[in-house]
Amino acid sequence: MVPRPWRVVRVRRETHDTKTLELEPTEPLSFPFQPGQFNMLYVFGIGEVPISISGDPQEPHRLVHTVRAVGAVTRALCSLKRGDVVGVRGPFGSAWPVEEAEGHDVVIVAGGIGLAPLRPALHHVLANRGKYGNVVLLYGARTPRDLLYRKELERWRGRFDLQVEVTVDSAGEGWYGHVGVVTTLIPRADFDPAETVAWVCGPEIMMRFTVQALRERGVSPEDVYISMERNMKCAVGFCGHCQFGPEFVCKDGPVFRFAEIERFFRVREV
Amino acid sequence: MRLDLDLRATGQHVIDRGDFHVLFKALRRRGYQVVGPRVRDGAIVYDALDSVDDLPQGWTDEQDAGHYRLKRREDPALFGYVVGPHSWKKFLFPPHLRLWRARRNGDDPGFEVQPEPLPDTKYAFLGVRSCELHALFVQDRVFLGEKHADPVYKALRERAFLVAVNCTQAGGTCFCVSMRTGPKAQGGFDLALTEVLDGERHYFVVEVGSERGREVLQDVPHREASPQEVAQAEERVKQAEGQMGRTLDTRGIKELLYRNLEHPRWDEVAQRCLSCANCTMVCPTCFCSTVEDVTDLKGETAERVRRWDSCFSLEFSYLHGGSLRRSVKSRYRQWMTHKLATWIDQFGTSGCVGCGRCITWCPVGIDITEELRAIRESDGLTRGGGEEA
Ligand SMILES: Cc1cc2nc3c(=O)[nH]c(=O)nc-3n(C[C@H](O)[C@H](O)[C@H](O)COP(=O)(O)OP(=O)(O)OC[C@H]3O[C@@H](n4cnc5c(N)ncnc54)[C@H](O)[C@@H]3O)c2cc1C
Ligand code: SF4
Ligand code: SF4
Ligand code: FES
Repeated sequence: MVPRPWRVVRVRRETHDTKTLELEPTEPLSFPFQPGQFNMLYVFGIGEVPISISGDPQEPHRLVHTVRAVGAVTRALCSLKRGDVVGVRGPFGSAWPVEEAEGHDVVIVAGGIGLAPLRPALHHVLANRGKYGNVVLLYGARTPRDLLYRKELERWRGRFDLQVEVTVDSAGEGWYGHVGVVTTLIPRADFDPAETVAWVCGPEIMMRFTVQALRERGVSPEDVYISMERNMKCAVGFCGHCQFGPEFVCKDGPVFRFAEIERFFRVREV
Repeated sequence: MRLDLDLRATGQHVIDRGDFHVLFKALRRRGYQVVGPRVRDGAIVYDALDSVDDLPQGWTDEQDAGHYRLKRREDPALFGYVVGPHSWKKFLFPPHLRLWRARRNGDDPGFEVQPEPLPDTKYAFLGVRSCELHALFVQDRVFLGEKHADPVYKALRERAFLVAVNCTQAGGTCFCVSMRTGPKAQGGFDLALTEVLDGERHYFVVEVGSERGREVLQDVPHREASPQEVAQAEERVKQAEGQMGRTLDTRGIKELLYRNLEHPRWDEVAQRCLSCANCTMVCPTCFCSTVEDVTDLKGETAERVRRWDSCFSLEFSYLHGGSLRRSVKSRYRQWMTHKLATWIDQFGTSGCVGCGRCITWCPVGIDITEELRAIRESDGLTRGGGEEA
């Protein structure tokens, strides 16, 4: 329940407001996690916030977190330097059902920072590529400047066993790619709707439209998973902050089968 | 051995009022800190008790929606009131609790986290009502989960000695009968008392609920209860059962609320609710908390403090960019739906034990039983307009 100190060993600037931190434990420690889980990251004296684990699950000795600076704690996280120490509690929460999806086509839909919790899932799928059917990554960002993991995206795009489609809401100079919201990529993705599992993460409104577009192509809400975001203080089901209808997002989620939460997802201000 | 034979007769015992003070001594000798009801600032609150003289002898309370008043009784009953603004949760789930401290090591950017030592206080709760016992069971399910347990709650809860008191009189906002949580304590206590005043006689019929309870009772002068004494006690509890100030129909309650999340009654109650959070503070099962991270001026030590929070505050549902439950309507709906419906999915039990505190202590007299009734009576009525994005 108390944070353990981890040392920042690398800081990578992703975009103007987002950084990726690589952490190593201050004492030898293996940290197994499942794709989709998150940690509570604590900055000395400032506070603690939930941040998804965005590293490769095959590397449990190093933690990777991608953080977008939006407020006090995330700004402090983004200003950490190599050698600094953060407190870590975790891993918490449910995971993308990567094993259940074996034998199926996998469609990953990410909006903005929503790619961070999906990255470990994609790593897992690629490491076990033979076990899956078609694999598709659909990724939308606000502008080309907001794209995360740029080099990796380019590398993934170069693969023949993976379809990667990227879109931006508004293009600037030098962008020759797709423009439009991420749902506009769904019709051009190559998958068999009856045999597909979809994993979706992004702003709620984006997830709402994505589920709709997937449904229109014939993917059942039973086969769609989304990752929810709620205020979190404890991450272990005590503080009550993350409640979403009957669910505690911290322990029952953050990853939910859409069909199971649909009833509450449709109501405003739940 | 003689004693065991005697026990078989009614299985219950009697402590006379004149010997009641010995219970305090017996508990204290075993290292318990006795906490229980006493009068303060015009209400009966729970706090440390030095002796039997601290109990609210001769007092009762008058309760209704938004109304609480202490009144003198005509008899010297010690437990002749119902429940006040406090509940036992304040002892096991302290309103303000430091979780840990962290210290920087000189110039090194690292720091060391020191967990707080676990409390070793042994509380004896004197005067736990049946609904309150159920509230403890409810919080046990919250804080003593299979995967995670709150260590402070666990340490205090395991040590706590519970002296239950069966209600012989119900309050104006009580509805434990509807919630099947009272008025008689059915288990989970160490000792359970029923206070009987009968003309000149004043005594307590005692039921033993645990081995610890049996040991404590050995130190207090007592005798076997006669069948008449047990009958007297039962009759008084029966009387309380018939006096419930409120009722709540729990049939299909979860689905009722789930299908009425858009019921216009939520808008209506939001017109009255001040979003003051009183109802959550007085509720014996509400468990929400928040944390504060602070540092000293030099920035060398930091600490995290946990304190009670409420789903009625705007910040409670804050995500960068704004709060999720902006309207009072959504916050009242969250609270009541949690108490009566989602709690059942979460913990396999209702989150409401029918103690009536939220009704009594609401400054504008909003009544959870009335709100539920209003929805039930117009089940299925929805706000026009349908889904909004
Ligand atoms: C399961 C989960 C995974 C997340 N993964 C990531 C990630 O990988 N990368 C990333 O950049 N962000 C992620 N977030 C969002 C991140 O937690 C918030 O941006 C962060 O809490 C904002 O804190 P702040 O102090 O910087 O902002 P402020 O606006 O100052 O927020 C004040 C406080 O409100 C709460 N809060 C505010 N926004 C959020 C939010 N969106 N979610 C939860 N609590 C919030 C926090 O307690 C915060 O300390 C995730 C959130 C959740 C719930
Ligand atoms: S909701 Fe009201 S009546 Fe029910 S347990 Fe809480 S305070 Fe008591
Ligand atoms: S219901 Fe009453 S007590 Fe509860 S927040 Fe509203 S005004 Fe306050
Ligand atoms: S974050 Fe505290 S209950 Fe989920």
